[in-house]
Amino acid sequence: MSPLRSPSKERLWKEEFSVFTSDERYVSRRQFTKFLTLASLGMFAGNLWIVLKSYLAKKRAYPAAEIASLGEIPVHGVKLFSYPTQQDNCIMVRTAEDEYVAYSQKCTHLSCAVYYSAKNDRFECPCHQGFFSIKDGSVLQGPPPRPLPQIVLERDGGKLIATAVKVSGNG
Amino acid sequence: MASNTPIKQRRGLVAIDGAMALIVILLVVQIWLLSATLEAFLAGHRGPVVPAAIFSGLLFAACVTLNLFVDRVDRESRRP
Repeated sequence: MSPLRSPSKERLWKEEFSVFTSDERYVSRRQFTKFLTLASLGMFAGNLWIVLKSYLAKKRAYPAAEIASLGEIPVHGVKLFSYPTQQDNCIMVRTAEDEYVAYSQKCTHLSCAVYYSAKNDRFECPCHQGFFSIKDGSVLQGPPPRPLPQIVLERDGGKLIATAVKVSGNG
Repeated sequence: MASNTPIKQRRGLVAIDGAMALIVILLVVQIWLLSATLEAFLAGHRGPVVPAAIFSGLLFAACVTLNLFVDRVDRESRRP
């Protein structure tokens, strides 16, 4: 038997509940197409929801926290600290006599702890050989998809204060 | 048998199959786009959110167009 039914003079809506198998097959394709289009609408709505969330989300406020005093660590020395919470491990490096940089210690690949390689002057992740620049935390090599979040440092007299976490894209 | 079916209907069915396949491909791209956007958003990156929504809207518009095309082909191939 043919999968197609013979032409009918019935109105299209009357054929929706046809008793013919061939008609049923024909209609179900159309309904399936409608279902796919509705699913597409759902995906679009999901994207719009993300846009709304990103615009309505409040900017996170970070506390100011003293993390070290100037001259506490030698040039190319490292200090580990936690910021903004006790669970967020960070690493600070004194790159020059009067220059400090700090980043989150979590590798952006699978959250292994990165360490500072003074020999290569970069951060290295021991798990999958992901390397990050000491200058801006950008990815130099390996699987990490994003740069390390940077801890914004300010000076207050002889103290180094962490004031925010700067997350940037990998551009 | 297939040889007895009107050519118009057979062509209509092929066109509908093609349009359906295209909609499925667009839907897969849209699903991937949604998951990638969500991942970026949850990672704190808001840059790709708006372009992804616009592209997703375009894909949805393409799906609607294909759906209308399927409806039209369906009507025409059913016309005696």
